[in-house]
Amino acid sequence: MESIRKKAKELIESNAVQLVIGYGEGSDNAVRTLFVRKPEDADKLIYDKRCVQNLAFYLMKHEVKHMGKIGIVAPLTVMRTVLQLASENQVKEANIVVLGLGADNSLLNLNSFKEIQEHIATRDLLLPEKENARITEIDGMSKEQRWDFWTDELSRCIKCYACRAACPMCYCIRCQVECNQPQWITAEATPMGNMEWHLMRAMHLAGRCVNCGECARACPLDIPINLLTYKTVLTVKDHFNVSAGTAAEMESVLSSYKIDDKENFIN
Amino acid sequence: MSDFEPKIVAFVCNWCTYAGADLAGTSRIKYAPNVKMIRFPCTGRIDFMLLMKAFAHGADGIIISGCHPNDCHYTSGNFHARRRWIAFRELADFMGVDVNRVFFSWVSAAEGARWAEIVNKFTADIKSQGPYTSFADIASIEQKDAVL
Amino acid sequence: MSIEKKIVSQASFEKLVLQLKEEGKRIFAPVKKGTIIGFDEISSLQEMTNDYIVTKQSAKSVAFPKAEKLLSFQSTKEGVMMKDKDFNAIPEVVLIGARPCDAAGFNSLNAIFNWDTQDALYTTRFSRTTIIGISCSKSDAKCFCTSVNGNPGSTEGSDILLTLIDNGNYLAEIVTEKGTALASKYASLFEAAPEVDKEKYLANVPVAFDVDAVLKGIVSSFDNPLWVEQSLRCISCGACAFVCPTCACFDIQDITIGAEHSRKRSWDSCGFSLFTIHTSGHNPREVQSQRWRQRVMHKFAYMPDRQQIVGCVGCGRCSRACSVDMNLKEHLINLAEEIAK
Repeated sequence: MESIRKKAKELIESNAVQLVIGYGEGSDNAVRTLFVRKPEDADKLIYDKRCVQNLAFYLMKHEVKHMGKIGIVAPLTVMRTVLQLASENQVKEANIVVLGLGADNSLLNLNSFKEIQEHIATRDLLLPEKENARITEIDGMSKEQRWDFWTDELSRCIKCYACRAACPMCYCIRCQVECNQPQWITAEATPMGNMEWHLMRAMHLAGRCVNCGECARACPLDIPINLLTYKTVLTVKDHFNVSAGTAAEMESVLSSYKIDDKENFIN
Repeated sequence: MSDFEPKIVAFVCNWCTYAGADLAGTSRIKYAPNVKMIRFPCTGRIDFMLLMKAFAHGADGIIISGCHPNDCHYTSGNFHARRRWIAFRELADFMGVDVNRVFFSWVSAAEGARWAEIVNKFTADIKSQGPYTSFADIASIEQKDAVL
Repeated sequence: MSIEKKIVSQASFEKLVLQLKEEGKRIFAPVKKGTIIGFDEISSLQEMTNDYIVTKQSAKSVAFPKAEKLLSFQSTKEGVMMKDKDFNAIPEVVLIGARPCDAAGFNSLNAIFNWDTQDALYTTRFSRTTIIGISCSKSDAKCFCTSVNGNPGSTEGSDILLTLIDNGNYLAEIVTEKGTALASKYASLFEAAPEVDKEKYLANVPVAFDVDAVLKGIVSSFDNPLWVEQSLRCISCGACAFVCPTCACFDIQDITIGAEHSRKRSWDSCGFSLFTIHTSGHNPREVQSQRWRQRVMHKFAYMPDRQQIVGCVGCGRCSRACSVDMNLKEHLINLAEEIAK
């Protein structure tokens, strides 16, 4: 924590960045995003196991983008998100300083995307245990059980789109649900519309999801939608041997192909 | 059960499978009339949402067919499609969509007889599986009276 | 109308629910499903949980559903045949377990949906809803009903307000004519009430800010930089508006399946970035601070001005649903401080 504060202070004082995004104390023992613009505010930065929010979201927020060069406190998911956004040309290396955190939460000295890439290569990119277990559990169900499980869970969905808003990779200015020529996804929160929406969102994240879990955290009704995007993470790893956010210049998984991509279902 | 005639929707590419189906026609090869063909310039154009929509609107089975790998009229469209289908099929299966009701194939313009065989076999297969009611069931839940 | 007081025992409450169900009414009460407590349909009181401060979602969907068909039409050879909504199909609903803040929330919705046009669907649904509220014996740090003219035992908005007293019995306050009609119909279940000190069964919610000061000063705070500060971390997700008992924004879309068309409305949120986008592409509320400011001002400036009602009941759901700790109560306290400067 001390080293994060020190580094943030240095960056602001030297005007290397105009803003450091990190974690700070919120209300009722919650953690909230801290936007440090003055050196003395750096003392409010914290880092503990409550700090799970994917701060990289703010790199795509209009108002924040225009604040100048940005430093960002970056545990693994944030580092991966930054690289994934870079590989999609959404962040420039010159505009961002990453305060990467190692597996032991210590502050790393990563001065370029290349160094971040090298660090990520040493990290464990497995899905969190709890979610992995749930996916395995659902995989083990029969097809009918799976359908019932998802239609039941998703019938709760109120189409608030908090999942979309929270996801740093959902940065489309006009999402497909906002098109009504044609109306791909019914706007209303009926079971059919909800299934369509969540399947579509997961597909649009295939190969891009860094399993930060913000979608499920943002959902006001505790629907485990991150299991859908995590499933695509597993599929993409199994079939194409790729994980999102592991390089600053990566081919987009579903916009590229290999001639010997293997499948067992095309006749 | 024997009265049930499945509705099959076929998403096919213009240059290979559609031409193959044409060949089946000109060769007077009979095949099941249950299939509605939808012609695309390339399988690469097929959005996975179309498959969801087809099921949502009452399709009992779906066939997706295009050029063999390396034979795509646009060079690589079918390679892109293949990747997309790999991802989509696993996700859809995970959500409980009956992916056995989606038949993927590569059918070239010369394979008229094969196309007919595929359609016949798949139609018979779906006929024995029965209508696909899962989507219809949830599509019918209109919440006009549903509160909360 | 003076409020009559009765006692309803636990057994009588259970019987009441069964009788109402037998009458054909649809009964909604807080039910626990997994980690979520929400209003769900019940057939017996046993299904209801008491283990909640407020439910995750508000109860507004009994009168303002999250998705609602407005009308339907068909394309036929003779042209387009329209079918209006069948108002007779709208059910009689009894909402049990609404907190005083939930019940008061309907006052805001009533004001909005009867303002310049009477919304027939909403008013019909609401007229067929009976609210049996239950007072709050506990609260948490996110609650602030007392700061917006409410309190944990307020009868405002309930047809009958129940307060859990000793031995599983309830003090029943019969508030409205609808409540009186219900209590008379089932008079045997409503016993005479001795003097009950209701206050000792209620939660204590300290007042956090002076709402009158906020109402007076908020308009002049329009250009205050605090709106930008407060909204920097907001991710524009819309969850707050969707769980809020007084938020009433909706979107209308036509859905077509084959030759069947229907016009449906569904919930919307002013927090969405595209909420105010014009077809020209111009967006008068382009940045989040404008949208956040509008949300608070709608509740604390525009609604008081036009509908003479504060558009917030202090239930705190928005703060609980928010994944970035926006905490409306804290923001209102800060706003009050800014105004006082």
